[in-house]
Amino acid sequence: MKPLFTCEKVSYTKKDQGAKMNLSKIFKNGFLVILACLALTACATKKVSKSQMQGDVYTGTDTVEYLASGVPDRVFFATNESVLTTASRETLRKQAAWLRKNSDITIVLEGHADERGTREYNLALGERRANAAKDYLMTYGISSDRISVLSYGKERPVDSGSNPLAWSKNRRSVTVKAN
Amino acid sequence: MRHIILFLILILPSQSLALIEVDITRGNLNPLPIAVSPLSIDEESRKNFKKILKKENIGSEISIIVENNLRTSGLFNPLNKDAFLQKPDIANLKPRFEDWNLIKAQALITGKVNYIDENLRVEFRLWDVLAGKEMMALAFTTVPTNWRRVGHIITDKVYERLTGEKGYFDTRIIYVAEEGPKTKRIKKLAIMDQDGFNNKFLTLGNELVLTPRFNPTSQMVTYLSYFRNLPRVYLLDIETGMQEVVGDFPGMTYAPRFSPDGKKIIMSFAKDGKSDIYTMDLENRIVERITNHPSIDTSPSYSPDGKYICFNSDRSGYQQIYIMDSDGKNVKRISFGRGLYGTPVWSPRGDLIAFTKLHKGKFYIGVMRTDGSGERLLTENYYQEAPSWSPNGRVLIFYRETKTDKKGEGFSAKLWSIDLTGYNERLVKTETDASDPSWSALLSN
Repeated sequence: MKPLFTCEKVSYTKKDQGAKMNLSKIFKNGFLVILACLALTACATKKVSKSQMQGDVYTGTDTVEYLASGVPDRVFFATNESVLTTASRETLRKQAAWLRKNSDITIVLEGHADERGTREYNLALGERRANAAKDYLMTYGISSDRISVLSYGKERPVDSGSNPLAWSKNRRSVTVKAN
Repeated sequence: MRHIILFLILILPSQSLALIEVDITRGNLNPLPIAVSPLSIDEESRKNFKKILKKENIGSEISIIVENNLRTSGLFNPLNKDAFLQKPDIANLKPRFEDWNLIKAQALITGKVNYIDENLRVEFRLWDVLAGKEMMALAFTTVPTNWRRVGHIITDKVYERLTGEKGYFDTRIIYVAEEGPKTKRIKKLAIMDQDGFNNKFLTLGNELVLTPRFNPTSQMVTYLSYFRNLPRVYLLDIETGMQEVVGDFPGMTYAPRFSPDGKKIIMSFAKDGKSDIYTMDLENRIVERITNHPSIDTSPSYSPDGKYICFNSDRSGYQQIYIMDSDGKNVKRISFGRGLYGTPVWSPRGDLIAFTKLHKGKFYIGVMRTDGSGERLLTENYYQEAPSWSPNGRVLIFYRETKTDKKGEGFSAKLWSIDLTGYNERLVKTETDASDPSWSALLSN
């Protein structure tokens, strides 16, 4: 997109020879330091119904769906973490058992992050979380050929809320049947 | 620069120095009063342009573009046209400076528009009202449909003449247009002029697209697409619409940017829970691994000379900013403040790195020197990230998301800009919700 432009100096008036701004002076002056905005409070310390979270890991069942009777489809993570909790490992063992019984099924592990991070880092974090689930399934005998990993970062929250409980539901790895 | 000025004074002792200059290095609380006289147009030309462009008076339309650009910069205060005492036909004469002085204008832009051989010819002059002198006189000829760009180019010339630095008005923004509920956002690539006009969607919204970035000539864009549910780095030619995948590795490729010479794309490749930085040569498709660490290494951005790369890594346990040589050697952490740091972007001037910072539940856009010293936070908000530099390194554009209410409603994402000084924060108007802005280079010089 470089359309034809011609530019000419219009010269029938005397040109001014005046001074431009003195660059060296600018750099000496340095930059005016801005006042960082004050007042941060609240927000991070909002009260959350404790029954649904342990630490900041979601332990409720609002958003959970089931791959089969008694086999939850998702596991949850703490902020910025990809470590599997005891409850997550139990869920994944149930998934592994179900997958061993249904050996024709292949799955996608969809990793997600909450909205409180930069987009690109969250893509990586979602990938890391899904891989944590994948590694665990593999130690329970599920072949990596049957598992693919897909990170959505912060792009596909299940809960659109802007509060710690909503964020905890969104930090997740979801096992989805692929066939 | 000082030497040149002294020299001029010596050889031209009778020439007085121009009085007006604008300092863009500090927050400008007294923007320069400037009068933008509507460009004069002869009746014949006016009719011709009305037929082609469906604009009643293209002369005033172009002057409005200039006026809006100057106002948006925060450095100028375009005066109300109702107060002007001289008619636009002064384009052919010397202005009556005392009339412009009376309304407190310090600078004046005059000019005229002609229809010549099916082309648009715009001539303009910049005057120093106090000194009673012409500072600049130029004419542009182009196809009529380029009329908005003429307005932007005039602004760039005026800005450069008065501040001593290149402008950023004849530029475009590529971004992600968003719509729909937060849980099922539909995202499309979109491009628009820097002032929000000439908006165009480049993808249909069938698949998720993220993080578009221009190449140095602003003709190509690299971005992340979830086409067929395979998140990969793509390349798009804006003019032809041709798309191709460039990061087709067995895993996710993301966070792409061009090298300053436009020959390579640098990006992250995620596999087995770790992300490393790679480059791909666009000519021979040779892939080079730049980092090799079990952590997440992402958001790479080259220094303008191509010798260094800044990037984001959590190898210390948390997201921080690092720099390294372009071959991956000499990795050095540069962010040490409290909080998490992400999205480092090297300034086109080379001296600063802009970033997003997350601290105590708030998001900041800030800048630091390339050794990590001199951190300054420019703006604080509930959620904002992804700064992109104007080509002259004076303004940052980024996006902001709002908090939802108790029902999880009221979400929006918008583009904002702020001067490097921390002043002049502005909403950048877009037709839809918007995120992930990337600023083009100057389209003309």
